[in-house]
Amino acid sequence: MQDLLYFSQQLVNGLTIGSAYALIAIGYTMVYGIIGMINFAHGEIYMIGAYTALIAITGLATLGVAWLPVILLVALICAVIVSSSMGWAVERVAYRPVRGRHRLIPLISAIGMSIFLQNYVHLAQGSRNIGFPALIDGSFRFGAPESFQLSLSYMQITIFITTLICMTLLSLFISRSRIGRACRAVSQDLGMANLLGIDTNRIISATFVIGASLAAVAGLLLGMYYGSVDPLFGFIAGLKAFTAAVLGGIGSIPGAMLGGLILGVSESMTSGYLSGEYKDVVSFSLLILILLFKPTGLLGKPEVEKI
Amino acid sequence: MLEVQDLSMRFGGLLAVDGVHLDVQNHEIVSVIGPNGAGKTTVFNCVSGFYKPTGGKILFEGKEVQGKPDYKISRLGMVRTFQHVRLFGQMSVVENLLVAQHRHLNTNLLSGLLKTPDYRSREKRSLDKAAYWLERVGLLELANREAGNLAYGQQRRLEIARCMVTEPKLLMLDEPAAGLNPAETNDLNQLIMSLKEDYNVSVLLIEHDMSLVMDISDRITVINQGRPLASGTPDDVRQNDDVIKAYLGEA
Repeated sequence: MQDLLYFSQQLVNGLTIGSAYALIAIGYTMVYGIIGMINFAHGEIYMIGAYTALIAITGLATLGVAWLPVILLVALICAVIVSSSMGWAVERVAYRPVRGRHRLIPLISAIGMSIFLQNYVHLAQGSRNIGFPALIDGSFRFGAPESFQLSLSYMQITIFITTLICMTLLSLFISRSRIGRACRAVSQDLGMANLLGIDTNRIISATFVIGASLAAVAGLLLGMYYGSVDPLFGFIAGLKAFTAAVLGGIGSIPGAMLGGLILGVSESMTSGYLSGEYKDVVSFSLLILILLFKPTGLLGKPEVEKI
Repeated sequence: MLEVQDLSMRFGGLLAVDGVHLDVQNHEIVSVIGPNGAGKTTVFNCVSGFYKPTGGKILFEGKEVQGKPDYKISRLGMVRTFQHVRLFGQMSVVENLLVAQHRHLNTNLLSGLLKTPDYRSREKRSLDKAAYWLERVGLLELANREAGNLAYGQQRRLEIARCMVTEPKLLMLDEPAAGLNPAETNDLNQLIMSLKEDYNVSVLLIEHDMSLVMDISDRITVINQGRPLASGTPDDVRQNDDVIKAYLGEA
């Protein structure tokens, strides 16, 4: 019983963190699916989302707003607006002017964008950790009081549910809406989509904006979950989400969701049964193994040579 | 409608197209033929905006279009197909036709989110149009299949339907009969004729299948090694000595 509870606790922790990874990973995978390039500034967009949410929460607190749903909603909206405009700007500044050039050029310009954004936040907000108020307190507890208890916090439940809602909305958007349909067409054959009169530039902008909005949601959630943010907040999370996207098959949206969950669970199992120090070792080893044995990822389609 | 004057295209030292003239009138099917490597597809690529020609003029409805980007040219009402099938293979058959009407649909995101009556009626109209064309090319029962899983001949017909839902004035087909069996070629023949007769579309065609070309073309232009060789009605071309020489070699 004890063992089972302990295992379940690791599972819950893993799924929590994994679903947040999945939210960030969507941004990598969608951009890759459309233009075949990795958005290396995506981690920074997530970090900016977390900072914006924090600023909004602090602002509301000084105004004396105390009703939790309003605080969360306003923080969410602010984070989404700021991050998605950042996503849009990254595409305009770092990708569009160099589109169609050698693949290394946008890669470098995106890294430049990432360094710029990181240092901008360093300057504007200082480089120390800033505490993030735990707005959602409390937890359900299972198990006898004197032994190991499984705790399922309200925060974790919030992360699950929010992720679930976002993923459902995204899937509906991609499969049903007119713009979603155009996104799929552009990702399959950009040239042909262009010829059929689709404004491919707008569709590319839209994917950056959607990815950035989801990253902003993850920023707010993980900021509250970890309880603090710093300007390097986006670096490791970005790397992990990138790993998740590759693990699931880059370019595949269900792949990013699956990859995020697998990565999250394997990390928390490592921390729970081995040691917390090993968790990054395990996640990046997973990446290496996938790249060695199934380079297209778990749900990725093998690249068919176009004739 | 379309007029190509003295078109030339140079790739480094290679002059792939040299002084080609071509014109397509309203309500006309014009074919471009020539041996392999004659530069037919290069002419197509110049006209549709894939290449920026190094010389000459291309006029569409009186306006110069040479060197304009491909999407602008297609918006004027010139759509093309390619030698190989370029469908959105992982989307369903009907989605391929809906996405081609993207530009004609409401561009307002908000009305899409709120599903306003106007948005719905536009969606409905584009669905009706897609259904109409699927029926027309005999693919209606396959509407929800993944396009990439259709048989080759069906994919070819779907491509033409996808061009037609954009309501083009000029349809440019690059070897539409390649890889089709005689029965399918015959169907295609009928389809192209009816596009001209019933929908008032002009067609510019590149084709190797001589029976197709001779049957349906109003006029034929022959090019060889990038240069214009002959042009005229199918009968003129059939009896032209230069053409016979280029195709059969000298006796």
